[in-house]
Amino acid sequence: MSVQLVVFFICALIALFGAGGVVWSRSPVHSALSLVATLFAIAVLFLNQNAQFLAAVQVIVYTGAIVILILFVIMLLGVDKLENLADEPLGIGFRVAGGVVAVALLAVLLAVFFFGGRTIVTGKPAQATFGGTSTYQPISQQAVSNPQAGVIDTADVPNINLLGKQIFTQYILAFEVTAALLTIAVVGAVVMAHRSKQVQPIPDEPESLDSGADLAAIDAAGEEVREA
Amino acid sequence: MTNLDVPYLVLAGGLFAVGAFGLLYRRNPLVMLMCVELMLNAVNLTFVTFGRMMNDLNGQVIVFFVLVVAAAEVVVGLAIIVAVIRRRPGASADDLKVLRG
Repeated sequence: MSVQLVVFFICALIALFGAGGVVWSRSPVHSALSLVATLFAIAVLFLNQNAQFLAAVQVIVYTGAIVILILFVIMLLGVDKLENLADEPLGIGFRVAGGVVAVALLAVLLAVFFFGGRTIVTGKPAQATFGGTSTYQPISQQAVSNPQAGVIDTADVPNINLLGKQIFTQYILAFEVTAALLTIAVVGAVVMAHRSKQVQPIPDEPESLDSGADLAAIDAAGEEVREA
Repeated sequence: MTNLDVPYLVLAGGLFAVGAFGLLYRRNPLVMLMCVELMLNAVNLTFVTFGRMMNDLNGQVIVFFVLVVAAAEVVVGLAIIVAVIRRRPGASADDLKVLRG
């Protein structure tokens, strides 16, 4: 058993259990902490695949910023109440349908991976390589003009150097656009989360809706959950 | 050397399916957002695996961009959730039915 294999199986178990915890925890705080476990395991799997920079970014951005932001919102809004997962306001059909969709999705993905295997990705028959000893060369403009660019294992150049060179040459426009995207996101978040003085609460029971009784049932169920 | 390509892809598929199930199953908007993050991470894992299989660095570059877009998405999504829950405490995803007009 190679080291990579052992690391993979440990992290795969942690990731899957964490994912289960996100879905089946009754408290949103527990869901967020399970999400941390999953994201950390995925960061280790990135390391396991020679993506050192992405592993660092994963830990810093996801577990360090995104999950903390989610936890802040949970604490700020005081929604860290236990939720009754058996509560069925929309009827059991919706949840059964959700399960069926998820199982069908998993079945399709597994079928593609098992029957297609490596061939669907590389277009070549399977060859036992791990850690990047593949001789396959990507056919792209960059690779044709400069065989060293866009390839993961070029001698002993660190991963972050290669990634930086790629981002700041071939993908410089996309990189600049992400800066604009982040600015727009921050402005949008400030606009939406701004507390206005003249806020009207959303009416509990709109008269004009056909399903008024349905909504009332939802509200009653929500009250029970909140009081529980 | 063990070939771990297919196990990685199977793990990513499993994570994606769990995330999709959670998105359909849960009604707490915060947990639904976390399930979206789970699905994004499964796809990121697939990208890194494909990049290693093809010995192509662009798989890692695109994961970098997905991370940036996911961060922006979480910021905007949380702002929406804060705005909704402030107007209607304890709101679940079903309560937003009132938006259909």
